[in-house]
Amino acid sequence: MALNNYNELNEMQLDALREIGNIGSGNAATALSSMLERSVNIAVPTIKVLDYNAVVETLGGPEQLLVGILFGISGDVTGMIMFLLHKEFAHMVLDSLVGSEFDGYTELDEMDQSTIQEVGNIMAASYVNAMAALTGLTIDISVPNMNVDMAGALLSVPAIYYANISDKIILIEDEFDHDREGAASHILLIPEVEGLQKIMDSLGLGS
Amino acid sequence: MSNQIVVGISDLNIAMNGDVLVTYALGSCVGICLYDPVSKIAGLSHIMLPTINDFKDSNPQKEKFADSAIEVLLNKMAAAGALKIRIRAKIAGGAQMFAPQNNTNLAGIGERNVQAVKNELARLRIPIVAQDTGKDYGRTLYLNSEDGVMKIKSVNKGEWVF
Repeated sequence: MALNNYNELNEMQLDALREIGNIGSGNAATALSSMLERSVNIAVPTIKVLDYNAVVETLGGPEQLLVGILFGISGDVTGMIMFLLHKEFAHMVLDSLVGSEFDGYTELDEMDQSTIQEVGNIMAASYVNAMAALTGLTIDISVPNMNVDMAGALLSVPAIYYANISDKIILIEDEFDHDREGAASHILLIPEVEGLQKIMDSLGLGS
Repeated sequence: MSNQIVVGISDLNIAMNGDVLVTYALGSCVGICLYDPVSKIAGLSHIMLPTINDFKDSNPQKEKFADSAIEVLLNKMAAAGALKIRIRAKIAGGAQMFAPQNNTNLAGIGERNVQAVKNELARLRIPIVAQDTGKDYGRTLYLNSEDGVMKIKSVNKGEWVF
C-alpha cells in the first residue's frame, strides 16, 4: 500500500526514519565538531507528525528568536531541510570560527552570514550524504538561505509548503548542543510523502 | 482590564469590549484586521494560502485560505452586531523569509497571499486603509477592539502602529 499521508507510517517505518535522522545528524555533528574543534553532542532524534502550531511550541514558542538556514532537497526525495540555531549556538559558531560576537538583535554582516551559511551547508551535505548512502537514493541540496527571526515566521515557510498537501507536517528532529547551557539547536528534515515512500521502498519497508 | 485573544495560524476570531486580538510571528502568511468603529467589533484572520481551489484534501479548512477565510470572519462579525458597510481592513504580513528555492512552488508565496487578500477584500467591497506587507521579516500583529489600531512588532526592526 502506498503512503498517502504521514499518519499512515507504521512503527517500523518510523523507526527507520529515526535511524536516518540518527545517522544523518551524527554525520552533521561530526562535520560541525571538526570545524569547531570541539565536541558537539546530539540527542536521539525524534519523529513527530504534528500540526504547525504544535511544532512552533516545541521550538520555544512563536516569538522565539532563531537563526534559520533553509535548504531545498531534490532528486529522489524532495522536501526541505531546515536548521534552527539558538542565538547562543550561532554565537558559539561565529566566535569559534571568525571571532565575532552575536547577540541575536544586531544584524549580521556579510562575513558572519556567509560563515553561518557555510556551516549549515556542510552540515546539511553531511546529513544528506548519510541518507543517500543508507538508501541508495540520489538526494541533492540547494544553496543555503538564512534569516534571523521569530520561530513562527521562519517555520511558516515549510508550513505553507505542506499546507497544500496536509494539515500536519512530519519532522525528523535532531537536537544538538555542546558543553554550554541553552545552546541546543535543531535540524528538521521535512520530506514530501512521495519521497518518504521511496525511502521506505529502498529499505524494503515499502509495504 | 482588556483580555488578549490569540489567533493561531489558519485561524480567525473576533473581539469587542476593548479586548485585543493577537497573532504571533506572521511570516509569509497574512493577517487581516477588520474593524467596525461604531460597534467596536474587531476581527482578525491569519491565512496561509491564496486559494481554496488548489487544495487537494476533500475537506479543506476554510480559515486557511484568503479567498474563503475573510467571508467567514465577516459573517462572524455581522452575527455579533457589526455592520459590513462600516468595516475597514488593515493587512500585514506576506514576507519573503527566504530567497525562493528553485525546486518548490513557494516562490513569491508571500506576495501571492497579499494579492489574494486584496482581491478578496475588493470582491467583498471592504476598503483597505492600511497595510504593512512584504519585505523579509516576521511580524507579530495586535488589533485593539477599543480603537481599531493595528500594532506590528518585529524582532529587529521595532514596532509600528497603523
